[in-house]
Amino acid sequence: MSRDDTHADAVPIVRLDRVNKHFGQLHVLKDIVIEIQPGEVVVVIGASGSGKSTLIRCINGLEEFQAGHIEVDGNELLPDGKSGRALQRIRTEVGMVFQQFNLFPHLSVLDNVTLAPMKVRGWSRADATETAYRLLERVGIADQADKYPSQLSGGQQQRVALARALAMEPRLMLFDEPTSALDPEMIGEVLDAMRELAREGMTMVIVTHEMGFAREVADRVVFIDRGEIVEQAAPDTLFDSPQHERTQSFLSRVLKH
Amino acid sequence: MDVTFQFDWEAAFASIPFLLKGIPYTLLISFGGLAIGFLIGILFGLLRISPLVWLRVPAIAYIEIFRGTPVLVQVLFIFYGLPQLLGGPINALVAGIAAIAVNSGAYISEIVRGGVQSIERGQREASLSLGLSRVQSFRYIIWPQAFRRMIPPLGNQGIISIKDTSLFSVIGVGELVRQGQVYIATTFNALEVYLMVALLYLAITLSLSFALRLLERKGLVGQ
Repeated sequence: MSRDDTHADAVPIVRLDRVNKHFGQLHVLKDIVIEIQPGEVVVVIGASGSGKSTLIRCINGLEEFQAGHIEVDGNELLPDGKSGRALQRIRTEVGMVFQQFNLFPHLSVLDNVTLAPMKVRGWSRADATETAYRLLERVGIADQADKYPSQLSGGQQQRVALARALAMEPRLMLFDEPTSALDPEMIGEVLDAMRELAREGMTMVIVTHEMGFAREVADRVVFIDRGEIVEQAAPDTLFDSPQHERTQSFLSRVLKH
Repeated sequence: MDVTFQFDWEAAFASIPFLLKGIPYTLLISFGGLAIGFLIGILFGLLRISPLVWLRVPAIAYIEIFRGTPVLVQVLFIFYGLPQLLGGPINALVAGIAAIAVNSGAYISEIVRGGVQSIERGQREASLSLGLSRVQSFRYIIWPQAFRRMIPPLGNQGIISIKDTSLFSVIGVGELVRQGQVYIATTFNALEVYLMVALLYLAITLSLSFALRLLERKGLVGQ
């Protein structure tokens, strides 16, 4: 892990400090403290309902939190959605890939990818189109640029969603169970694209159930249970010798089948 | 009683030129009112789903009032009632357009609300996550999709409003029914003339249905 050496004295790109979130009576996130370094690939694992998706959705303000604070690339998010302009700046710098792809069905693949760079970054159509084709090429679907999302397979749609997020040239990418809605034969193509992105040094926070993938690409694996970070470590350490009893029990359940 | 009554085709056709004079008024009241009603509907439909209660409550009040009272009463109120308040008469055509506008506006508000709320939350989340502002997200992502879903119910409302204009014969605007009544007053061919009136309404509403079907088919491309 030579990359870890450079992390040591770098300024973290994401910093969550005692973040707490409630849904009514439910305490969804409890005193979450975590820092993510530039270039780091962090995989978040945990049972469904453990708060792992909520955690990464807090980073780009899709979820509000009630206490603590979050800093992303020098922009601070405040509790209860009172972040103002900082939120917009964060979203411009942070890309996200969703479980359900969430492509825009009324726009062609190309327009899905060029929309945000043109409207948010103010790029010309020519520049945005050039970038879009380069990214679509990279995820292997440049030949589908004129199609509409509904004409593509799930795996292709998710790769378009990845290209769409990358078109904004984000400094950080969030992945919220990117392969959970895919047919098994399409999971590989999406993981390959993510693997390549990790190799290029993108900072990534990934919520996934793909433990093999986590072990392979993660610099650090974070285990969340009932809204708490129970344990975090390098993947080999966490998967082979989990320290905490809750981690052991979770891993024994997901790794057995 | 004469049971061997003959349907007088000649009288039926003879009434048509006179009836056709009512069509421009029927169309003007319908489509003028619906155009304004559409703008009202967009405004109040969006206010209706505002997170701000002081925007939402007036919108709910407007919708409930104009959906919950008959359009006939609304036009009578505008034509006969409002002049007492304003101190001057209101043109019957204007009153008719206004009645269709406020009445269809209430229904269209609900159509707009339903259309916008039917768009999956992920669409908004994805657009916001790309850095689009809330206004941009609405304009480029939510509204175009919502509008497509609104076309069938809007077509419904259009047809209802066209038929509602027939009530405005009571305020003396020379629309289709009024023309028929005037014609019958001199010829007494109620059977023939009202059938022709009905067929002319059908011609208008079927044309609208057809146009909407084309629009829908076009709008569905790429969905």
